[in-house]
Parts: sequence; structure tokens; C-alpha cells
Amino acid sequence: MVRTEGLGRVIDEHPFFQGIDGKLRAVLAGCATNQRVEAGDYLFRQGAPAEHFYLLRRGKIAIEIHAPARPPIIVETVVEDDIVGWSWLVPPYRWAFDARAMELTRLIALDAVCLRRKMEEDAELGFEVMRRFVPVIAHRLDSTRLQVLDLYGPPPGAGGRA
Amino acid sequence: MTAILSSDPMLPLPFRIERVKRELSDTFTLELRPEAGGRFAFAPGQFNMLYVFGVGEVPISISGDPADDSVLVHTIRSVGTVTRAMGELEAGNAIGVRGPYGTGWPVESAFGDDLVIIAGGVGLAPLRPAIYQALAQREKFGKVLILYGARTPEDILFKKELEKWRGRFDVDVLVTVDRATGRWGGTVGVVTNLINRGGFDHMHTTALVCGPEVMMRYAVQALEKRGVATDKIHLSVERNMKCGVGTCGHCQWGPHVTCRDGPVFRYRDVAALVPIWEL
Repeated sequence: MVRTEGLGRVIDEHPFFQGIDGKLRAVLAGCATNQRVEAGDYLFRQGAPAEHFYLLRRGKIAIEIHAPARPPIIVETVVEDDIVGWSWLVPPYRWAFDARAMELTRLIALDAVCLRRKMEEDAELGFEVMRRFVPVIAHRLDSTRLQVLDLYGPPPGAGGRA
Repeated sequence: MTAILSSDPMLPLPFRIERVKRELSDTFTLELRPEAGGRFAFAPGQFNMLYVFGVGEVPISISGDPADDSVLVHTIRSVGTVTRAMGELEAGNAIGVRGPYGTGWPVESAFGDDLVIIAGGVGLAPLRPAIYQALAQREKFGKVLILYGARTPEDILFKKELEKWRGRFDVDVLVTVDRATGRWGGTVGVVTNLINRGGFDHMHTTALVCGPEVMMRYAVQALEKRGVATDKIHLSVERNMKCGVGTCGHCQWGPHVTCRDGPVFRYRDVAALVPIWEL
């Protein structure tokens, strides 16, 4: 179950907001709510509309893929101070993965529909948001590439003399 | 007892396998004692040439406790003809040993620093002696962090020891795997992500890194990004070691001969070589 609590000062403490200018801070704060997800509950499911993104304050979220007749595969875990979700930035704005709380997780949910609209209206605001998201996306892409390499699998020389 | 030393560095000395421990599906540990008796002293990070009689010889890092020179411990992954044959050996069988060779982890040079140990896959084995040595002198370091990445939860090497180290109140142990199913409750992601999460003082940190070279490159990048000086980052580099004593040239790496000048290198000394894939 996802429960919404009142928004406190915590929004100012998340690294994502650090160094942010007053205008963007005000817009984001206006789109934000404080949430809690119980262990085992899903924050969102693949295919559902991506109407929020999340800043983790505490806990751990598993980004998962489900396949028939096998346990879900965890492709990444996201922990405190990380961001969950950028499907809200990319049409058709639907989640590409499941997100499940592995433990009690507290996070800040930002209303992405509201934010998208404001970004369309204000290019400066849109640039500021993208400037903060692109490094996160690039880092995740780098990490994914390393995981795909299967570095700890049998070495290229396997089957040779050694 | 006296120290084991061969008068001929190319002559393997016979050791008896005392115990074989299956670590993972393709990885095992051999505990060896010299047939002639005596002690076998080594520095953490050094390697031996292990000879399976009639099959061949391979360089393998020592994975045991340097404080216990009565038994020689090697952890080996079966990747080819010799290591597969080694995996079929049993307690009581003989094996040839030449060594120890190469440079070691600079554990004592790190006194006063935070010590960050970063291992990927079977790369934890060459670092285990350094961990033993550091934990035996725990009070001489600031923070001690062990950051370990494995392929899956089933591929975590020395799992019980990682749990034991994590159970101490003076060591931080972070483990991640590249992929897992929903039954895994730990972290999923690359080991370099742990560097960003580990709390250490970058101004006073020594980092020891061992794993696949690609992993080490990215680990170094993450350490440099955190501000760790390149002369405080040390890598264990694997090359095609043959003689073990720096004469045959098989393991040449730019101006270095890995078996003699390495396998543990200070990153600052090899930074220009690391990105050159032809070497």
C-alpha cells in the first residue's frame, strides 16, 4: 500500500534539490508529496502511466522485469538519495519496469504531469530539470552497459591453456 | 621450522594438498603444505606458479592469511586446461609450487588512511590476504570499507567471511550483484556504484582494487571522481605470466614486466597504459 503523508522540510534535504534556484525549487515543491511504501508493495508497475517520479529518502527499491513462469529479475536497486523513474520524460509516458519496495521506503513523489506542463511553458525550467536528469540517466546507462558485459562471467580466454 | 626456498627459481617444490574446498560452481580453494615441511612466508597480493604435474603451470594469487605461514592457500577458478585439471585434484595429491613472486598490496603504507578495498568476482581472492592483514591491525586505519561485486547472489565468493566481516562493528562491507531474482534482498548494480555510497575521506584514502580490468578502470574513474589521489590507488593486473621472475618477457606490459614489477601496481605508475587495449 502506498500512503501519502504531508510534505515537510525533507524536500530541501534531498541532493537532487541541492544548488537549485528558487524558481525551480518553488515549482518542484508545488508538485511534490511525501510518500511511504511498505516492504513488498509496488511503487509502480510496467505499462502504467508514468505520472510521477520519485526521490528516495530512505529504503530500497528494486527495478524489476517480470517474465512468465519465473521469479522477477531485478535489474537494479535504487537506494536513498537516488532518483526513481524517467519514463515520465519520454513519450508515451508509461513505466518500462516494475518498481518494488524491498524494505520500508520513504520517498518524495513529484507530479510529473504537472511538471511536464510547466516545462513546456517555461524552457528555462525545462532545461534545469533536464540538466539534473541527464547525468542520472547517463550514469544508469553506463552501469547497465557494464552489467551487460557480464564482466564476472567466464573470461574470454576460458577454454584455453590456463 | 625453516622457510621454504628453492635454490632454483624455475624449479617447482612439491606440496601436498591438505584440503580442497568447493567455493562456487567453477571456483575452489586448495590448502597446501610443503612436502619437505617448513614455513611459506608471503606478502598479500603475491602469487605462485602452480604446476599440475604432466599438465602445465599457471600463476595463481595467494588467498590465505599471511599471518599463518604453515599453510599455503590458493583460490582458483577453472578457466582452462591447467586449472580444470587442478580442480580435479584431491586431498593427498601433490602439486608443484614456485614462488612467491611479484609485488604486494601496500597495506602498511596505508596506516593512518581510510582503507577502501574494491573487489569484483574472483578478484576478492588476491585481496583476502590484505583484508586479513588490515583487520589484524584494525586500529592503524581510519575507516575500513570492503566493496564487493559479483555476477549473481550464487556467485558471491567467501560469503561466510563477508558476513563475518560485516558483523564486526569496525568494518563496512557493501555487496552488490549484477543481476538477481526477486528472492535476493541485497543490492543490484555495478560495484562502482558502491564507491559513491561508501563513506570515506577522499583526502586520506588508500584504495586496493582487484577484478576484471574493465571493472577496475571504472572503479578507478569513480575513485578519482571522489577525489582519491592516483598514487593512493593500487591495482592487481593480470597478464600472461610464465617464468614468474621477469626473464621471459611473456607478461610485458609497456615498460613493466608484470610478474616482477606487478601484479600490484600503483595506478599513477600505469595510468597511461591502462586505456591502451593493445597492451
